[in-house]
This record gives sequence, C-alpha cells and structure tokens, in this order.
Amino acid sequence: MKFRTMAIAAASAAAMVAGAGFATVAAAYEYTVPNLVYRTGPYAPNGIPLANGFIDYMNMLNERDGGIDGVKVNVIECETGYNTKVSVECYENLKNEGESGALIFNPHSTGVTYALIPKATADEIPILSMGYGRTSAADGTVFPYIFNFPATYWSQASVFVKYVGAKEGGMDNLKGKKIALVYHNSAYGKEPIKTLEVLAEKYGFELMLLPVDHPGQEQKATWLQVRRGKPDWVFMWGWGVMNQVAIKEAAAIRFPMDHFIGVWWSGSENDVAPAGDAADGYLAGTMHAPGRDFGAIKDIITHVYDKGNGGGDLDRVGEVLYNRGMLEAIFTAQAIRNAVKIHGTKEINGKQLRDGLEVLTVTEESLSADGLSNFMKPFKVTCEDHEGAGLIAIQQWNAKDQKWVLVSDWIEPMTDIVRGLVKEDAGAFAKENNITPRSCS
Amino acid sequence: MLYRETGQFKTSYQSDQALFTITQDRFLVGAILAVAVFLIPFGINDYWSKSILLPFLVFALISLGLNILVGYCGQISLGTGGFMAVGAYSCYKIMTSFPELNLIVVIVLAGLCAAGVGVLFGLPSLRIKGFYLAVATLAAQFFLVWMFNKVPWFYNYEMSQITAPPREVFGVLVTSAEASPAAQYLFMLGFVIVFTWIAMNLVRGRVGRSWMAIRDRDIAAELMGVRPLQTKLTAFAVSSFYVGMGGALVFTIWLGTVEVTETFDILQSSFFVLFAIIIGGLGSILGSFLGAAFMTLMPVVLKVLLVDVVGVIPVTAKHIEFILVGSLIIIFLINEPHGMARMWGIAKEKMRLWPFPY
Repeated sequence: MKFRTMAIAAASAAAMVAGAGFATVAAAYEYTVPNLVYRTGPYAPNGIPLANGFIDYMNMLNERDGGIDGVKVNVIECETGYNTKVSVECYENLKNEGESGALIFNPHSTGVTYALIPKATADEIPILSMGYGRTSAADGTVFPYIFNFPATYWSQASVFVKYVGAKEGGMDNLKGKKIALVYHNSAYGKEPIKTLEVLAEKYGFELMLLPVDHPGQEQKATWLQVRRGKPDWVFMWGWGVMNQVAIKEAAAIRFPMDHFIGVWWSGSENDVAPAGDAADGYLAGTMHAPGRDFGAIKDIITHVYDKGNGGGDLDRVGEVLYNRGMLEAIFTAQAIRNAVKIHGTKEINGKQLRDGLEVLTVTEESLSADGLSNFMKPFKVTCEDHEGAGLIAIQQWNAKDQKWVLVSDWIEPMTDIVRGLVKEDAGAFAKENNITPRSCS
Repeated sequence: MLYRETGQFKTSYQSDQALFTITQDRFLVGAILAVAVFLIPFGINDYWSKSILLPFLVFALISLGLNILVGYCGQISLGTGGFMAVGAYSCYKIMTSFPELNLIVVIVLAGLCAAGVGVLFGLPSLRIKGFYLAVATLAAQFFLVWMFNKVPWFYNYEMSQITAPPREVFGVLVTSAEASPAAQYLFMLGFVIVFTWIAMNLVRGRVGRSWMAIRDRDIAAELMGVRPLQTKLTAFAVSSFYVGMGGALVFTIWLGTVEVTETFDILQSSFFVLFAIIIGGLGSILGSFLGAAFMTLMPVVLKVLLVDVVGVIPVTAKHIEFILVGSLIIIFLINEPHGMARMWGIAKEKMRLWPFPY
C-alpha cells in the first residue's frame, strides 16, 4: 500500500515535469533579459539590493514607456545562491528562453563569469560583468562577448594606490609604506594581486596578502595578523558576510577606518551597518553616486513602488548596491536601443545586442536623459576596449547620518600600466585556447 | 508474474557466473543501455547535457567510488572532495604539460594520481576506525583543497580558476564550450559504463569479498587470512581512483572550469556524495546510481515544478526546495533505511507476486 502511494506520487510528479515542457504560451515579442540573482545564502545581503535595482528599473521602463522603444522587457530571475553549478544550470535553462533568446547575462559573480565566458562566446550571447569578472576580458579582440565596463578591478586597485599616494602627500612617499590586502580567497579576491604587485614594485611599498576563506565569517586570525604586521593601509576585496565581519574585526582592533578601503563590492549599507558607529569613516571605491536624488529613482518610486510592484522594501531604494543593479539595467537598455538602431529591427538577438554594447557611449547628455545627472562620469566602450576606462571615486561612510558621501574627485586609473597587463593576460588566454584575436578596424 | 524467475535454469558455469543471471534483469539493463547509447545522443541538447545527464553520470561514477570504500569495505571517508580535486588538478597539469596525450589516457592517469594520494590518506585506517577515521579523512579534504588554492604550480601560475583547454578524442571535440553535447555525453557515458562493469566484477570477486569480510567483522576476517593492510589500502586506492576520475571528468567535461574552494567544497562534494550513497544504498552498485540520480536531479525537478509549472517566484522556490529536499531525505531514510536500492528490491519482490502482492 505504502509502496503504491509512493509510486503514484512519483509517476504524477514525472508527468508534471514532462507537461512543463509544453506549457510555454506564445506571446508578443519581448526582450528576454535573464538575471542570475542570489536572494539566499551567505551572499544574499548583497545580492538582494542588486537584484531589486535591476528588476525595478526594467519594470519602470515597462510601466512608464511601455518597454524599450515600445517593446516590453521580460526579466527572468534565476536563483543561484552564488553557486557556480547552479548558475550554469540557470544559464543553460534560460539561454533559449523567449522569442529573442536570452539577450544578455549578468552573472553577479566573478567565478561564474569565468565559467560562462567560453559558453557565452560559443553561444554568441553577451555577458555584462559590470565592474567585476575577468579583468583581461577588457580586451575585446580576445573576448568579443564579454564586457566589464565602466572599470575593472585592476583599474580600481591602481586608483586606490593613487588615492593613498595623494593622502600620504605624493606618490614618492609610498616608499617604505605597508599596504595589506584582505581578500576573499577565490578567483574574485585574487584579481587585484597582480596589479598591486606591479605597483608595489614601482612605488616601493610593501604588500601584505591576507586571504579569507569562503564565506568569511571567521577572520580573527586575519586581523591578528593585521595587528601584528601594522600596515599603514588596508585594502579589502570582500563580498557578502565577509564584509561585515571584516569591518567589525577592524573596529575591534581599532584600526583607523579612514585607512581602510574596500572594493566597490565591499562598500554598501549592509556592510557597514552591523559595526554601528565603529564603522564611521570607512572608505570604499565606487563607480556611481549613492542616494535617491536622481530622476531615474524618482521614476521608479512613482511607477513601480507607488503601485505596489516593487522588488523589495521602499526604504532600501537608493542604497549603493540598489543603484548599481539599476545601473546594469540602464546600460542594458541603452545597448538594446543602440542595437535596434544599428540593425534596423526591433527583434534583435544576443549577437546583435553585442554590437549595441560595443558602441555604448555614456555622456553628460545621455546621463541627464536617463535621469542620472551627477550619477557617474562619462565613458566610452569600443570594439577593442570593453572596459571603457571609466573614472572611480572614493566614498566614505558617515555613521551619524547613516549615509555614504563621496570624499574624493573622480580619479583616473593608471591606464598605461593596467592596459599592458590586460593585453598580456588576454594574449596568454588566447594562446592557451587557440583563439585568433579578431581585428577591430 | 511480471518478474518470474521460475523456469530459468542455469545449465552451464558460464551462465551461473553471468553479471545478470535473470532474463528480466538482462533485458532491462540492455534496454536502458540501448536507449542511453543509441537514442539519447540524437535528442540531447545543452540543457539536458549540462544540467541533467552529465552531473548525474559523473556523480554516479563518484558515488560508485565512494560506495566501494564506505559500502563495501566499511571505511567512512569525508575526503571525497579532496580526492576529486586531486583528479581535476592532476588532469589539468597533465593536459597542459602533454597536449598531444589522448584525453582518455589523461583521465585514467589523473585517477591513478588520486589513487596514490588516497592510499596515503588511507594509512590511518589501519589504526583508527569508524567516526575517528571519518575525522582523519576530513584532513584530506581540508588539506588538499587548501594546497590546490595555495600553491601556484598547480594552476600554472595564472588565476586560481583552472579552465580545460580544447581537446579532441578520435577527431571529435569533447572539451571546451564548442564541443557538441552528444560527444560530451557519450564520452562520459563510456567511462561510466566501462568502470561500472569493472566495479561489478571487482566486488563479486576475491577482492570484493575480502573488502566485505573486513567490513562485516575485521577480526574474524583477519583470522581467516584476509590481510587488513592490503585490503583496506586497495579499497582506498580503487575508491580514490574512481573519485579522482570523477573529479577529472567534472573539470574537463561537465563544468569546463573549476575553482577548487567552491567546486570541491566539503558540502558540495564530500557530504553530497556521502548522502547520495546513503540514500541510494550502501554496498550496492545500483544504489550508487539511484542515489546520484536523487541528489542531482531532485533540485532540478523541484525547481522546474515550482517555478515553471506552479509559478512560484524563484527565491521562494529556492526556500521551498531547501525544505523539501531535506524532508525528502528524512522520509526516505525513515521508510527505508537501506536506501533506494532496497526499495527496488522490494518492488521486484512485489512484481514477482503480482497481481497479489502482500
């Protein structure tokens, strides 16, 4: 009896799965934009605002303008838990979704980006790893489908060194200084090491490497080493729970917060809030301004949240990572408009969207048209340069007012050094994988 | 009725020693193999290959390996992830150092490397038993993963994430993203079929019987002349060989790229495979396959059911999935502590008595 009920349950489950294959209903043409998100797991505190910003902006376009140039955008979220295997499953599941096929993927993880680079290139679907992922993918001749504008980890590392140089009263004063890098012990966290090593040699500072293992809840030993090694500055490449723990530990050993700089993935409200007042003065890189004083966000509130369709809580709109998710959506929308213009058809596919991404140009005019005046600095993507070498600013946490404030000018990365390293690494990748770099002229 | 063995007489030694002595079993296995080899490659696409068939096959091979150690020889191991990592990284080193070498040879060599490391970490099993051994093998997991992340020689001084370069076998591309799903599937299937056949013969022969003797009562086995040193170490070697090849196949065929701290993480590899064989059935070849199928396919099936059929939003579906997979494991183990292989045995029993089972 028991066996029979179980057999029936199994059979009906199998039938439902089989039925799912035929359940797709034909609808009007839409732009299918999958989003690999993580609203669960140890990286969820950062994953949630990022996912909300993206889906809210696309929903706002659908509400306000009826989509992009009159064609609705269909955002399909797939929950990955920041796990590479699940992300690959999501990618394979979604790549042929909808009439347009998946137009673009946002992996939201450097490890996943590495895993998807060969697959997406073979399937001709662009990947937007905005400010993360494989740095050498900035070389568009070797990585035709991968984009990491507006700036890479290497550019950012060079900006941090420049900022430190300015604070120390000139790049010459870096000699003999000690900089520690606290990093997530993965492909992501290891990204800046190469650049920092090159810069350490050039400017004569000492680099101290302190890895933190996934997920980063245990960092007592790391910060003990910081206390012993007495570095002048600490840089951090962290993500998820690791950020909060690091800031709390730094506060516990009374490390001066204004000498502690996080990558732009370690500089959101979630990261500093748990440390309370002790986090006051903590610094982080950023590619865009925080806050709500932008037309685009006001439109999101009017068209999405006021109608009760928001992806998250209204009071978290305008957080750093929310704005970053929104920025991804804005670039995607602009690339779709470009591609439609280039190919003269509204029914584009992933390959055509790539052409739209390669002419992406952000200017003061385009920013104010998108409702983003003073949000970020202009940059330009080309066929060769998928990074765009955008400008990077440093923001500081003000614990009293509970908000991030920009404390530096927009700093230009050391493009000459970074570009050389990118060429070198991309060349090695091309050789290993028998890729002939395409010509861009 | 449906599954009647009456009247099937074995008239020669050969038929008495056949792998499948019952006609119905032979027919069933033959049919499954025929579908797997001749039908599936024509209907396969990327999704079925990368998300369903390849993970199932590779975890079946790895579960088989661990089952040899845990199920047949009774030595608990939590080092599976570490041995998979040895397979993957030695495969990468051999692939990049000798680009002309046939990939089949590379994967077998990678398995041999893992076997060597397995023997090394199996040495404590001569002194310590049960849970204490499990803790000792845990050292393999943490040490090996740490080492592959720490020592740059293993990833050729590049980024710590290793990527499989494109390789052809008999003129057909099997690694890298351009490889066709059918080619990758057949390559993986070939390994699984050949090594399942070898394992089936191993466990019913002299070696397998000595493993089981050690498992059932080691002192009694020793008195009967089974040498614990050789027996335990061969179990570790064969098991790690299978697990290592599995790791190499995960890296080259299934994922194409591996980050040691994530892919071979303890929860996603060591515990995952241990759960698979406990659910599937310890000491059973079929159990390894059923357990691997349960562990790899259940999340995908639940996701498809909840998101695409019922229409739950993905994040809620994920939470429900955590709850369901956990409770399903508990329900399975309460209903049938001997695993799914035993359930299949009961089902056969019922079919024998059909239409009046009791």
